[in-house]
Amino acid sequence: MSLQQQTLPFTGVEPHRTENLRSDHLLVAEMVQSGSKVLDVGCGDGELLQLLESRGIDGRGIELSREGVNRCVAKGLAVVQGDADTDLINYPDDAFDYVILSQTLQATRQPKVVLENLLRIGHRAIVSFPNFGFWRMRLQLLVGGHMPRTENLPATWYDTPNIHFCTIKDFVQLCEAINVKMERAVALDLYGRPLRLNLPWWFWNMFGEQGVFLLTRAEQGK
Amino acid sequence: MTNVQSIPSPSIPSPSIHGEDRAHEADHPTSQVAKFGADQPLKLDCGVDLAPFQIAYQTYGELNADRSNAILVCHALTGDQHVNNAHPVTGKHGWWDTMVGPGKPLDTNLYFIICSNVIGGCMGSTGPASTNPATGKLWGLDFPIITLPDMVRAQTMLIDRLGIDTLFCVVGGSMGGMQALQWTAAYPARVFSTLAIACSTRHSAQNIAFHELGRQAVMADPDWRGGRYFDHDTHPHRGLGVARMAAHITYLSDAALHRKFGRRMQDRELPTFSFDADFQVESYLRYQGSSFVERFDANSYLYLTRAMDYFDIAADHDGVLAKAFSGIKTRFCVVSFTSDWLFPTAESRALVHALNASSARVSFAEIETDRGHDAFLLDVPEFFEISRAFLQSAGTARGLNRAGG
Repeated sequence: MSLQQQTLPFTGVEPHRTENLRSDHLLVAEMVQSGSKVLDVGCGDGELLQLLESRGIDGRGIELSREGVNRCVAKGLAVVQGDADTDLINYPDDAFDYVILSQTLQATRQPKVVLENLLRIGHRAIVSFPNFGFWRMRLQLLVGGHMPRTENLPATWYDTPNIHFCTIKDFVQLCEAINVKMERAVALDLYGRPLRLNLPWWFWNMFGEQGVFLLTRAEQGK
Repeated sequence: MTNVQSIPSPSIPSPSIHGEDRAHEADHPTSQVAKFGADQPLKLDCGVDLAPFQIAYQTYGELNADRSNAILVCHALTGDQHVNNAHPVTGKHGWWDTMVGPGKPLDTNLYFIICSNVIGGCMGSTGPASTNPATGKLWGLDFPIITLPDMVRAQTMLIDRLGIDTLFCVVGGSMGGMQALQWTAAYPARVFSTLAIACSTRHSAQNIAFHELGRQAVMADPDWRGGRYFDHDTHPHRGLGVARMAAHITYLSDAALHRKFGRRMQDRELPTFSFDADFQVESYLRYQGSSFVERFDANSYLYLTRAMDYFDIAADHDGVLAKAFSGIKTRFCVVSFTSDWLFPTAESRALVHALNASSARVSFAEIETDRGHDAFLLDVPEFFEISRAFLQSAGTARGLNRAGG
């Protein structure tokens, strides 16, 4: 079962869509310059890759689940079976313009190492993840006293593939710790709409249902 | 897969009914033939210039005006050029009827399909069962040792002869997949896409061991006569049959054998307390052995297994596989099967890692099936779907679609 599928679709509540395209995919696709070369790590059933290829982008994918891979290949996509934790080392430095990690970071064993690999392989990385600081999550833990479950993250604590949840604040701190520059950061609300840019971080951390970050390597010496 | 047939015991059968047909096919194939004279030798890796020589081949579909829709199918160890037509010796249907034909993944309405018998084979391309023009006798063991790169080099001469510069795709399973990889590594500019199925960039120690077992079985048969059985009007059918039986086990899987035969008895309720083929699986294997020797030349089996043993693409590139494919533009699709223990998924994965390291455009699918290595020859819908989609996607990139094929 693909990670994307577990974290997003079959929850009864479909992620927000425009013209049948997921809003987070549209946002990611908008961050990628046309004509560039992209690796989508954890590409699920290839929906984002198809969107990118339709815009003239040379897309490749890695997906953990055999079913996901085979569905992608059957769509003519260049996708290989692989694990973000173990297989990124096989890619050379600077092989891609962008490496995308969409809704997958929280399921990796070593998020920090994965993030470092993304920015080694790609000039830029685009990372999206569910924000565990979202007010509904906090409320469930505070009031309900149990591990949060939402429409988009329905798994119970004992069968979830998501082993490294973080908040937007946590992620920003990780980026600072490993000297990664945030070129762009967007928080999407429950309906997939971007929160206003001029709001403070704490507001995003509270009201962003997910974060989408465009990252690049910090320049030497900084 | 064939029906199980009862074979009297002790078995690997008697003189083949097709022996003469088989011998005739070696020099005078029921195929198209490309002949290469003394001025166009095939330069073999062992240092010998093979000339004259011939390549027997079949084609299906039509070459388009741009000559851009040609697909070369490379056959496996004991396959031949008869992909999609009745076999001239056995009368059985083409070995890849499931994959090739109108509306099939390798659609003969869209693509021009070429398949040639490999050099060293026994179905019309020059090999040990062919007549040596220098002596007027069959080559036998006087035939030079050939390699996978030699087979592919011969194919390039055929493709040149057909006036095709770049192949739209090179496709193959098992030894055919090895040829497809060799094509791509050695002639990257001539291969637009590669579909490599159930194969590897090198033959493993275990696989070499199985081949050696088969060769020793052939050579241990007194009828082999030091490789000159044709001079004595014999054929080492028992040795070759045993070789085929052993090899055939490696093409299946424990689960497939169990599902198909279990411990069921063949035409009897109780054991006979003899070495008769009591079990269905024994009977099946004997049938596989006996039907094989009718159509295949024993010396050719020795040469072709040897060619596979020597295959190691990385060895030609300082031991670094990625170097073989550096900067490659060819689109790859690599397919493996979960129950294939002859060419396990790990081999395909190593290839994919090397291709990733070369930033190649590669798709890699592992297909779940219990049918073992032979799955690529069988009706496995997911495999067809993936092959079809890969070719369609490559065809779009090649500008084939909407061009009238």
